[in-house]
Amino acid sequence: MKPIYMDNNATTACDPAVVRAMLPFFTEQFGNASSIHSFGAEVGKALKQAREQVQSLLGAAHDSEIVFTSCGTESDATAILSALKANPERRSIITTVVEHPAILTLCDHLEKEDVTVHRLRVDRRGRIDLDEYKSLLSNRVAIVSAMWANNETGTLFPVEEMAELAHEKGILFHTDAVQAVGKVAIDLKATRIDMLSCSGHKLHAPKGIGVLYLRRNTRFRPLLRGGHQERGRRAGTENSASIVGLGVACELAQQHLETENTTVKALRDRLQRGILARVGNAFANGDMLHRLPNTASIAFEYVEGEGILLLLNKQGIAASSGSACTSGSLEPSHVMRAMGIPYTAAHGTIRFSLSRYNTEEEVDRVIAAVPTIIAQLRKLSPYWNVDGPVENPEQAFQPAYA
Amino acid sequence: MWDYSEKVREHFFNPRNSGPLAGANGIGDVGSIKCGDALRLMLKVNPDSEVIEDAHFQTFGCGSAIASSSALTEIIKSKTLDEALQVSNQDIADFLDGLPPEKMHCSVMGREALHAAVANYRGEVWSDDHKEGDLVCKCFAIDAVMIEQTIRGNNLKTMADVTNYTKAGGGCSSCHEKIEDILIAVNGRLYSEEAPQKRTPPVESPVKPQLTNYQRIRKIEETLEALRPMLQRDHGDVTLVEVDGKKIYVALTGACQGCQMESATLGGIQQKLIEALGELLQVLPVAALAHG
Ligand SMILES: Cc1ncc(COP(=O)(O)O)c(C=O)c1O
Repeated sequence: MKPIYMDNNATTACDPAVVRAMLPFFTEQFGNASSIHSFGAEVGKALKQAREQVQSLLGAAHDSEIVFTSCGTESDATAILSALKANPERRSIITTVVEHPAILTLCDHLEKEDVTVHRLRVDRRGRIDLDEYKSLLSNRVAIVSAMWANNETGTLFPVEEMAELAHEKGILFHTDAVQAVGKVAIDLKATRIDMLSCSGHKLHAPKGIGVLYLRRNTRFRPLLRGGHQERGRRAGTENSASIVGLGVACELAQQHLETENTTVKALRDRLQRGILARVGNAFANGDMLHRLPNTASIAFEYVEGEGILLLLNKQGIAASSGSACTSGSLEPSHVMRAMGIPYTAAHGTIRFSLSRYNTEEEVDRVIAAVPTIIAQLRKLSPYWNVDGPVENPEQAFQPAYA
Repeated sequence: MWDYSEKVREHFFNPRNSGPLAGANGIGDVGSIKCGDALRLMLKVNPDSEVIEDAHFQTFGCGSAIASSSALTEIIKSKTLDEALQVSNQDIADFLDGLPPEKMHCSVMGREALHAAVANYRGEVWSDDHKEGDLVCKCFAIDAVMIEQTIRGNNLKTMADVTNYTKAGGGCSSCHEKIEDILIAVNGRLYSEEAPQKRTPPVESPVKPQLTNYQRIRKIEETLEALRPMLQRDHGDVTLVEVDGKKIYVALTGACQGCQMESATLGGIQQKLIEALGELLQVLPVAALAHG
């Protein structure tokens, strides 16, 4: 049976058209865009086109606002470190507790260097409190960094509004839009967002290529210094093949933006509804009203995620778990914990993330597979009694820490 | 995904002895829901022969936790309680043809459940006051509390010390920064690796005084005596059982026994004895003596 891939928030397949566009840049078009000779000139033209394709998807006012980087993580780090360097009198950062580790781990590290980090908390649905946010805005804040869409639950933050509020106080605003680009409509020129991170491999371009959008006239300090590539804002010979691939991927994403919000969304809704109708003691995580169209995060109580993934994998279905057991850490994901999801449900959270390549038939196969898998694992669970959880599960089973 | 052995997969996909056990007279609940692994082990023990006639499990946990639970029940069935108590976490891992290093704690949990269930059968209170800490070294599943306790208990100064005593940091190195943070928190500063702290004296030292057998055993006892307060602080204790050339057998009791601290404790004792005697030797748990 053909495998089913529903882990598109982790990474996506390269679109065949993207691969086709890239191939010549490994062979005849191998030149360095900085060279004077014709080998370089052709590549330079291709980069320019790619920059315009990215500009168009992001709705940036100028193509020079697009800086190519090596990944989403680099874009995030560049944005935050630049804001601190360029505004040395401002020593604090506002971010949220549910950011990707690309932001959170960096902030933890900066705290050791005497930067103050405010992490906005979220409620059970993963939403921040705008009043708390407003109360933190001050002239000591160098930058606000809030993700556009959460990678685990798909929850969208009101970043445009947050950027307005930051701008009123003269604070730079950055958004990690790695999960949002290509899935939600973005028109940067109509916003007050100063910087935005994007990563190719989440939108059917290759891994290892990213973008930092940098609004014109934003005070900036580069992370990598060296050659004059990217107008000196990011030194290092351009990854021309991947940049060309990303350009094509952005053009395709723009064409499919509507599909994403109609067809893909309908598939996701069908999947979530189908599973929740057939499995008891399960619920969807995140802000149902403001959510990426492709993501469903479903908590199955009283079972642990890795077991679910192994059994899904046996049936050729790829998803991922909110429990971090699979990633080598024992704690459940910081996103589930921040939302106050109990451990017995957080560990059993599975993220299904779809793409335009998924079909209704695949969705139905997953809906058919999940109930048996959950039942099978619950039969092993000390919290479960034949056809329902034991009475007072948290009291009935209170293991001593081993 | 994890690199699980065929045997682990097989026990995960077809777990043996799962579900409640009617007439169980020894039950052990261990694990931590926070960490996502918890296990209930149920034993049916024949009161006359103390033979485990049946063993079942219920596990909330990852694939290897379920496989380890299944393996444990297979291993201990038809053993007497005393025989079963000799089963080590390594035995469980070996039965499964090995576990990924990050998942060794699943086998430790199996062993703990066994001890808890036997204590429950015998009407004893089994307690484990191992505090929960953030997992620091993922390669060897060592948490922050354990690292901090070992640093304090042994007056450790450097990254290399911590690795020698706990194994933490001996794998991929990604946790070195976190371990250094703990060292700084405990010691107030970070000592450099070059600090003139000779820990392992050269074995072939020409001036090495020759100890008589009696002196040597006295020395071993004195060294253990000096370590005892630290172990007792953790509600544990150590006694010397046998000295067989380079092999020193000790019995660890109390909280040291069976928990993740055991191998670290043995490692720490070994290091101290090597220093005190100026020779390379091996410290082994008394269970190793029973196995021959
Ligand atoms: C929200 C978010 N930010 C950043 C990243 C990191 O992107 P990259 O893998 O390109 O460094 C990811 C991808 O995992 C992500 O989901």
